[in-house]
Amino acid sequence: MQFKNIFKFNGGVHPNENKSLSTNLPIGRLPIPKKLVLPLRQHVGRVAKLKVKPGDQVLKGQIIAEADGNISASIHAPTSGKILKISEEILPHPSGLPDFCITIEPDFKDTWVEKKPISWKKLDRTKLIEALSQSGIVGLGGAVFPTHMKLKINQSQPINTLVINAAECEPFITCDDMLMRERADEIIQGALIAQTILDAKECVVGIENNKIEAYEALKKAAQKTTIEIKVVPTVYPSGDAKRLIYLLMGIEVPKEKRSVDLGIQVFNVATVAAIYRYLELGEPSISRVVTITGAVKAPQNYEVLFGTPLSELIAAAGGSSNKTKKFIMGGPMMGFDLPSIHVPVTKAMNCVIESSPELFPAPKPVMPCIRCARCADACPVNLQPQELYWFSKSSQLEKARDYNLFDCIECGCCTYVCPSNIPLVQFYRYAKSEIIAQDKSKEAANTARERNDFRLARIEREKKERAERNAQKALGANEKQADDEKKSTIAAAMERVKQTQQENIKN
Amino acid sequence: MFTALLVMIFLAVLLGLVLGYSAIKFKVDGDPMVARIDAILPQTQCGQCGYPGCKPYATAIAKGEADINQCPPGGDTGAKALAELMGVEFKPLNQEHGVQKPKSVALIDESTCIGCTLCIQACPVDAILGAAKQMHTIIASECTGCELCLPPCPVDCITMEPVLENSQSWKWKYPVYNIQNANGA
Repeated sequence: MQFKNIFKFNGGVHPNENKSLSTNLPIGRLPIPKKLVLPLRQHVGRVAKLKVKPGDQVLKGQIIAEADGNISASIHAPTSGKILKISEEILPHPSGLPDFCITIEPDFKDTWVEKKPISWKKLDRTKLIEALSQSGIVGLGGAVFPTHMKLKINQSQPINTLVINAAECEPFITCDDMLMRERADEIIQGALIAQTILDAKECVVGIENNKIEAYEALKKAAQKTTIEIKVVPTVYPSGDAKRLIYLLMGIEVPKEKRSVDLGIQVFNVATVAAIYRYLELGEPSISRVVTITGAVKAPQNYEVLFGTPLSELIAAAGGSSNKTKKFIMGGPMMGFDLPSIHVPVTKAMNCVIESSPELFPAPKPVMPCIRCARCADACPVNLQPQELYWFSKSSQLEKARDYNLFDCIECGCCTYVCPSNIPLVQFYRYAKSEIIAQDKSKEAANTARERNDFRLARIEREKKERAERNAQKALGANEKQADDEKKSTIAAAMERVKQTQQENIKN
Repeated sequence: MFTALLVMIFLAVLLGLVLGYSAIKFKVDGDPMVARIDAILPQTQCGQCGYPGCKPYATAIAKGEADINQCPPGGDTGAKALAELMGVEFKPLNQEHGVQKPKSVALIDESTCIGCTLCIQACPVDAILGAAKQMHTIIASECTGCELCLPPCPVDCITMEPVLENSQSWKWKYPVYNIQNANGA
């Protein structure tokens, strides 16, 4: 395969791919589990609004929590059954903290709610986006940003290019690869729909050269379309949206700008396939393909209903083959250790790797930074990781921010190449979340200051008003007194007149 | 010599005019130092420093009447920032004014509340909602945790609840790793 018109970005690494582990078997289907646990927060943005209560019967594909506002996504029942409870459960999140979830007890009938395919060619764009906001589709590449928001077009900047991200650059993960091999048609159809909605002039699929079968399948499906399929070299992190844009088009998205500002929109392959299924078949986002790999006995990809306990997926893959029972969600570069095997499968879960000492040996002893700047060579966003490390380590957060800490995509290339085995990304994550927390408390302090100022001003105003009222009252009382005096003098005078008159009559 | 004198006088008048104009045009209302100190203070408005709020304390610091280490909610970090701004030596928090506590918000036990409005009057940021003889409640997102509502309550129905970490406010921790012997010996 040759690379035509490809623009290589700086840095990047090429770790062992380990992808063939899970590509031997086709995408399997997991049976309906005994219970499904659906977190209300599976996407970026506002938490979905509950639409059901315990005891309710729901049908497959029925909305059980509705999108709250624009940046939010609905959640649908993945199968028919009864709402068991709404409670706090542990989520697949690095914190291991619980959050609100809906638990469904399936009735195993799997009865669909009436499917309503949408004649998207006839609907106008606003109606279409409104319909899509009910679909529950979020970016399935891992960013979980509500998809309907990405299909809205800014009047001032039309979209020229739609990029379909098929790079799947991280080791071990093969869910997109298998999806492309088996459902290339759905992906191409979905891409065409997205292109039409966005009114994009061209559509490019970027795929790494280690997925030949998927490439062939896409090529075949896209034969009669104008969609271009471009092969990019296998370099991690080519699947990062901005890196992929650079690879395909040679355009660097500037700091603090989004690709849409330059007329480029990026979707993951699984996301466009979900768009196709929703509009053409009327099926909302209720399942996804998940790779279960690593030390499990039978690594494979499965189509899993959202809310399925991870333990069921592990059991389907032959169970864990070692005693450590450590599982990583995501890839080995950017993933995190799961707090428990009982967490549910969510929209963000693309891959679960069982860790073992052979696959992931214990980290080597950390040694001091020797300023070799290998991390700077590996950094795909052209940062100075050694400086960021220095500032993060010493908690000089403002300095770290000045050195563009927030441009870091936490890809882990720097950690991968560090000869001193320093867990660099962990320092960046710490510094980032510390800065975010500080900014939040600063904002809260500003609100408190405003509210306090307002209160003081109000008290001052009320005092003034009361003083004015009192002054007025006092004035009123004085006038009345004067009035009374006058009246009594007149009355007295009248009395005297009367008396004199009577005396005159008597005389 | 006469020309030189004229030039100097002309320059003096010109510069005087420019200075006079800018003194009026770019006059800063209030003490900018107070605003900068106030920006560092946590705005809890708790009065533990001995002043009736953060601004009065900021004013006192600016005037040199108060020390920089009297703010318990700001803690040592706040004192450090103030020391840097004022160009003075850092002093650890003065324990006489209280100790730094984890961030909490007030919680009214609504079944006990008699609706006396005393706490509403005490709240420095109007974060309590209610009316006479009606149940009161705290607007948790606006509560600064100053504890000023606790003493006036005649039925002691207000408690301070520490703000717990949730998956949204959760932070990545500072990386800690064991120091090992690199030779494996």
